Amino acid sequence: MATVRIPTPLRSLTGGEESVQASGANVRALIDDLESNHPGIKDRLLDDKGVRRFVNIYVGEEDIRFLDGLDTPLQGNEEISIVPAIAGGL
Amino acid sequence: MTPRFVRSRQLGSIVDAVGNTPLLRLRRIASSAPDVEVFAKLEFMNPGGSVKDRPALRMMLDAIESGQLTTDKILIDATSGNTGVAYSMLGAALGYRVHLVMPKNVTKARKDITQAYGTEIIYSDPMEGSDGAIRLVRKIVQENPDKYFYPDQYSNPSNPLAHYLGTGQEILDAVGDRITHFVAGLGTSGTVMGTTRRLHEHTRPIHCVAAEPAEALHGLEGLKHMASSIVPEIYDPNLPDEIMPIATEAGWDMAERVAAEEGLNIGHSGGANIAAAVALAERAQREQGGGCVVTIIPDRGDRYFAPMKWEKRYTW
Repeated sequence: MATVRIPTPLRSLTGGEESVQASGANVRALIDDLESNHPGIKDRLLDDKGVRRFVNIYVGEEDIRFLDGLDTPLQGNEEISIVPAIAGGL
Repeated sequence: MTPRFVRSRQLGSIVDAVGNTPLLRLRRIASSAPDVEVFAKLEFMNPGGSVKDRPALRMMLDAIESGQLTTDKILIDATSGNTGVAYSMLGAALGYRVHLVMPKNVTKARKDITQAYGTEIIYSDPMEGSDGAIRLVRKIVQENPDKYFYPDQYSNPSNPLAHYLGTGQEILDAVGDRITHFVAGLGTSGTVMGTTRRLHEHTRPIHCVAAEPAEALHGLEGLKHMASSIVPEIYDPNLPDEIMPIATEAGWDMAERVAAEEGLNIGHSGGANIAAAVALAERAQREQGGGCVVTIIPDRGDRYFAPMKWEKRYTW
């Protein structure tokens, strides 16, 4: 199982948890697994073109945009981070 | 038109260049509402490059006058963005030290701008966004209350006051009785609160709208989804006549369109504001057959950068 770090605005979907466990052979499958346990989260992360433009998904310290995107393979022990592309501004 | 719009004036300090920004008619972007005038106030023409010069200056001047900000204190606040640039510029110009708390995932460019003015940065957890930075600055100030002046832009009445005295009045000076609608995005809510208060005092009714990100996880930097955020103390939800949700994609797409069609390279919050202004203009065209909509362009697009390859490794 991989550990997925959840940003504050999405914790309403994870019962307030900062990180949750999920599994999948690649990032796409991992997000499907997340969706089955935390319904609604997939639409927050993906649109019909893939990862939404303002969402960053990291495997370890690498943005999946610079790996194989949603097809980035997972061994199962990684730390996945969902990070908003912005830091809030203001 | 008052002489205050002349920009070739001689100034004694960079501080005097804050405010009195021009109002620009947007024609092409609002062609779907041909009988409605749409204007945008060009806040990127403030010397720090954004609308935040206004509240930052008002908060600092009011604190200097009341004795809360003295030269032996450090100004500290939670800001990953334009307010930090404004404090840094004004701190350098007025002679005050500045520390800023920001989430670690702020772009390098943003860190570099503030540091160029001599500002020191303290980092908060990137997963917790701007609310994490707010929590950290409160803790730092609580541990050393005498060392710091904490303007707290989310709670400081001088923030909306800057827009009541400045932005709102300047809009009336420029368009007078023609204005029928005003719209701006909610961040600290200072722009919406202060400007709306001034416009509601006008002799004719002006419909004032607060635009808000449609979702909790969004990409409209500088704006806040109130239902899922620490709600700013200065925010009064009953003041705006209407709250309008704006999708991130609508704001981003509009920012690209106004660059190509109007020659304005603006930030995403400006894109969201213009998207909201065009929606209001179309409604006014449909229901009233005309009108005048005013909105705000908080900053320029070159202040934002897409994730760059050389920034692909973050260390946190």
